[in-house]
Amino acid sequence: MRIAVNGETAYCYTNSRDIETDKPTVVFIHGSGMDHTVWTLASRHFARHGNNVVSVDLPGHGRSTGSPLATVEEMASWVIAMLDALAITDAALVGHSLGSLIALECAASHSDRVRAIALVGTSSPMPVSDAILDAAEADDHAAFDMLTQWGFSKRHQFGGNRNSGIWMIGNTLRLYERSAPGVLFHDMRACNEYTSGTDQAAKIACPAMLILGAEDRLTPVRSTRALQEAIPSPVVEILPGAGHTIMVEAPNAMLDALHKVL
Amino acid sequence: MAGPDYPGLDTLALHAGAQPDPSTGARATPIYQSASFCFPDSDYAASLFNIERAGHVYSRLSNPTNAVLEERIAALEGGVGAIATASGQAALHLAIITLMGASSHIVASAALYGGSHNLLAYTLPRFGIETTFVDPRDPQAFANAIQDNTRLVFGETLGNPSLDVLNIPAIAEVAHAAGLPLMVDSTTTTPYLIKPFELGADIIQHSATKFLSGHGIVIGGLLVDSSQFEWEASGKFPTLSEPYEGFHNLIFTEEFGPAAMIQRARKEGLRDFGACMAPTSAFHILQGIETLSVRMSRHVENTRTITAFLLEQEPVTRVGYPELDGHPDQALAKELLPNGCGAVFSFDLAGGREAGIAFVDALSVFSHLANIGDAKSLVIHPASTTHHRMDAEALAAGGIGEGTIRLSIGLEDPKDLIADLKRGLRAAGKKAGGSR
Repeated sequence: MRIAVNGETAYCYTNSRDIETDKPTVVFIHGSGMDHTVWTLASRHFARHGNNVVSVDLPGHGRSTGSPLATVEEMASWVIAMLDALAITDAALVGHSLGSLIALECAASHSDRVRAIALVGTSSPMPVSDAILDAAEADDHAAFDMLTQWGFSKRHQFGGNRNSGIWMIGNTLRLYERSAPGVLFHDMRACNEYTSGTDQAAKIACPAMLILGAEDRLTPVRSTRALQEAIPSPVVEILPGAGHTIMVEAPNAMLDALHKVL
Repeated sequence: MAGPDYPGLDTLALHAGAQPDPSTGARATPIYQSASFCFPDSDYAASLFNIERAGHVYSRLSNPTNAVLEERIAALEGGVGAIATASGQAALHLAIITLMGASSHIVASAALYGGSHNLLAYTLPRFGIETTFVDPRDPQAFANAIQDNTRLVFGETLGNPSLDVLNIPAIAEVAHAAGLPLMVDSTTTTPYLIKPFELGADIIQHSATKFLSGHGIVIGGLLVDSSQFEWEASGKFPTLSEPYEGFHNLIFTEEFGPAAMIQRARKEGLRDFGACMAPTSAFHILQGIETLSVRMSRHVENTRTITAFLLEQEPVTRVGYPELDGHPDQALAKELLPNGCGAVFSFDLAGGREAGIAFVDALSVFSHLANIGDAKSLVIHPASTTHHRMDAEALAAGGIGEGTIRLSIGLEDPKDLIADLKRGLRAAGKKAGGSR
């Protein structure tokens, strides 16, 4: 579905269904350099379970036009603007990595619009190494390589995809390669500069869940302690064997976990 | 700036796609010889059927052993995904029916494996898909043959039987300029000798029966997608970019992004035509791939020894191997195939059909059969076997003489292969009236 948001064309995957205002809505928000396709399995699942699903392409990503937004706060405002455009009063937000920070910011700053959040592969703060930032700023392929390899647990460096026939490393790398020049840098810088996450987390009033990869090397479990302490009564699910790319590495366990808050 | 290194070819050949078996700890990939897989509950079942969870339903659609092979070949080729099929022919057919329907057209190299030629020239026209065959050495001929309804450009990395080296970069440029994908059959080269995606190809087809499995014990095919081709931008592939009624109006490019083509092939072509690979076959092919580079380097080394020997033999009037002086693609082979041009080649004997038959019948180490890519050395005389219905004129049009012999060089000690060939050459020489 394509709609106008802030003067640009925004794309969101809805499982080819119209939005029905009497149904609950689940919004899926992808991570840096990605697009809505990382949420295809989960989107299809929650659509069949009676939800409107809105899996977004952030501005400048995938099929959405416009420039990538500079800050997590701007991205959160954009998500709320998208809900407005779709006439959705409130939604559960599921975000991965950068998307998890957007979901967190939405829940803190727009609490009347958010009924639950699930933060997948998250941490706050979410510092990004200079090596990745420098490579991303230079549109150097090395940034894609670093994020792809470090995004998977050590055991998944050789694949082992339960989703038949897909080379998980190759598919993730290709998504990065498809992003427009500069997009990844904007996203990574936004992650790096979003330092108010734990303060914002304290404001969260809705049910909140953290889904973490036990072998995550980009946002390790130990880096989530501050967030776990800041969010009031979070549900924390640590998935064994998974790294940062949880939707690919542990798709079924993630779905089961999501049902605890959605 | 250099990013972290990815695992190398040999490491991927051993590990890609595989994890120790979660239920038993088995290090080797188990053969999941099961037609179906249990659902824990009804909602789980529904979610598998509706592509919400990863998992297996029925082994025609996917199987855990096959999945390891599929991920491994995709990793080795640098693609995004793959499908294991019942044979190489099934892989070619699966690609075609995924991308087009009746009233479509293919531009293909004229130098194809006979089975591929039969499919394109005789069978698919009955279903409304026509093919124009062109000189594989002439990229402009590919360009000239493209029509409004063309949907695929196809060739073999090394053409049959003359080992025409497909100029993948040039032909990919022609295909892409017309908004079309280039598919190559890399059966005789494998990812050890050439990486077609790095040269511009979009889809790879393998007969895994040959060098990938490597021991002549299994029939299987593999279809691999690079995901580099922009299906939507082309506007020529509604099977991928428009709603598919056969799966609740799913739009594959929208839902699967880079994996659109390979997902459509599985959800439709594998489901409906059913040419799936048996799990035991996948296991055998995985075992072969584990030693791919070790075998391929020895295949090539032995082939170089044998071709050098044959060049010096009097009854031999021609040796067709792209690394040799006189082969029209020698320069291109050096550029695209620096590690060798495979282990299948042909040579011509003086004395015609009778000499060819005598040569083959005198061999004892080489096996006389219709296959290539075995660890054992193989021989066939096309004029009396695979092409026996053709007269001399028709054979010549296909680049085959009455005295042409095709060899697939195996892994034996080369001195024993040379001794065997000497026996054959003596027999051929007598038929040709020679004195050796």
